[in-house]
Amino acid sequence: MNRFKIRAFGITKDLLGGKDTIIEIRGTTVGELKEELSERFPELAGLKSLFVAVNNDYADDDRVLQPTDEIALIPPVSGG
Amino acid sequence: MIKITEKHIDVQKVIDTASSLNAGAVNVFVGTVRNNAHGKNVVWLEYESYETMAVAEIRKIIDDASHRWPLLGWAVSHRIGTLRPGEVSVAIAVSTPHRKDSFEACQYIIDTLKEKVPIWKKEVFEDGEEWVSARPEMAMKA
Repeated sequence: MNRFKIRAFGITKDLLGGKDTIIEIRGTTVGELKEELSERFPELAGLKSLFVAVNNDYADDDRVLQPTDEIALIPPVSGG
Repeated sequence: MIKITEKHIDVQKVIDTASSLNAGAVNVFVGTVRNNAHGKNVVWLEYESYETMAVAEIRKIIDDASHRWPLLGWAVSHRIGTLRPGEVSVAIAVSTPHRKDSFEACQYIIDTLKEKVPIWKKEVFEDGEEWVSARPEMAMKA
C-alpha cells in the first residue's frame, strides 16, 4: 500500500472531516487516488467537479504520485 | 503584485501598482460582497484559499494575459477570511497603451480567476450556510 497525505479545501474539508487526511491506496496515480477517495467518501460524487492538484498544479488522472508530493483536493472554485 | 490577504483591500494601492507613465489606460475590476443569494439574505461570506497554488495560478493567468495584450502594469489582490456585504473581495488593475486592451485584459483576468484559481467562498445565511457552486444547481434546491 502507498500512503499519501491529502490536503482538503472548501467543501471537501467538510466531507473528509478535516484539512489533512492520510490515505492508503494500492495504486500510485491520481486516478487511483480519486477512486479510493470516492469509495471512502461517497458524498464526493455529489460535487459539480473534483480536481487533484500536485505540487500546486492541476494534475491529470494518469499522473504518478511520489511520497514527497504535496497533494490537494480542489472542489469547484468560487473566488472573485 | 499578487496578494492573497486577510486585510482590507486598498483599491487605490492596486491601481497605483498597475499604473505606468507609458499607459493611456488603467482598467480596474472591483468585486464586492452581495447581500443576497438564492433569494436569501447573506449575513457574511467565508473565503478560503490554497494560497501557494492560488498565487501560482494567478501568475499563469497574468502570463497568458501578457502574451495576448500589451500589459504595461498589473496587480491582483484577493481577500480571504470573513467578509461582510459591501466589502471588496477582489481588485484587479491593468494598464495598457490604449483602453480597448485594458478592458479585454482585465475581463480575461477576472473571468479566468473565477474559473481556475483555488479560492472558495461559503455563503452564511440567517438559517444555514452553503459552499458556493460546489454542487449542481438541482442538488442545491433539493
